[in-house]
Amino acid sequence: MLHIVNKSPTERNALESCLRLALDGAAVLLIEDGVYAAARGGAAEARLREAMKRVKVYALKGDLEARGMAARVIEGIELVDYGGFVDLVCERPSCQSWL
Amino acid sequence: MSEMEQEESSGVVKKFMFVNRKAPHGSIYALESLEVVLISAAFDQDVSLAFVDDGVYQIVKGQQTKGIETKNFSPTYRALEGYDIEKLYVERAALEARGLNEDDLLVDVQVLDAAEMAGLMAAQDVVISF
Repeated sequence: MLHIVNKSPTERNALESCLRLALDGAAVLLIEDGVYAAARGGAAEARLREAMKRVKVYALKGDLEARGMAARVIEGIELVDYGGFVDLVCERPSCQSWL
Repeated sequence: MSEMEQEESSGVVKKFMFVNRKAPHGSIYALESLEVVLISAAFDQDVSLAFVDDGVYQIVKGQQTKGIETKNFSPTYRALEGYDIEKLYVERAALEARGLNEDDLLVDVQVLDAAEMAGLMAAQDVVISF
């Protein structure tokens, strides 16, 4: 499954719930305000690093750039563009948006 | 003469604080707040801005919105000085929780702890929250 998170980890608990309920091997794509979770030094970093041992994490590049966060991305998170977003949706049998 | 007209003619200046708590590009709040702040500048009031929680992301350096094809309004915060809006306050805990410090911000701000921020808010005539 592809999990899509679009809310900031310091505003909502969407990422927290997603990571708690994502199975090993799942993909998690951070978009819109969700990309703040991909930045180093934030409160979500430890939680995300822990999760990256069992799920693959992606982040939308344009959303990181818009927010001035592109240079702060935690190593191991793969950046994708809109085409990559479509590929992820197609590769996985299902997807879930955490609103 | 109505109360409002009296206030206008006597030049009453009130303390207005705009409290920003949302990240800039995922919703319209930040841009709308900035529009209202700019409008308020025309009324010669005592205006201040507070950035708490995800609101601190509004004034992070290096925002480039070309990739998401939206307006990059972040440079406008640097123009506020030209409208005599110079009181910008940031909550220290909000920066720290996001791995940010003052050098990451595109405007000069006063960094306050929660108690100082609370006192400042309580001292306002009007607080408008976004």
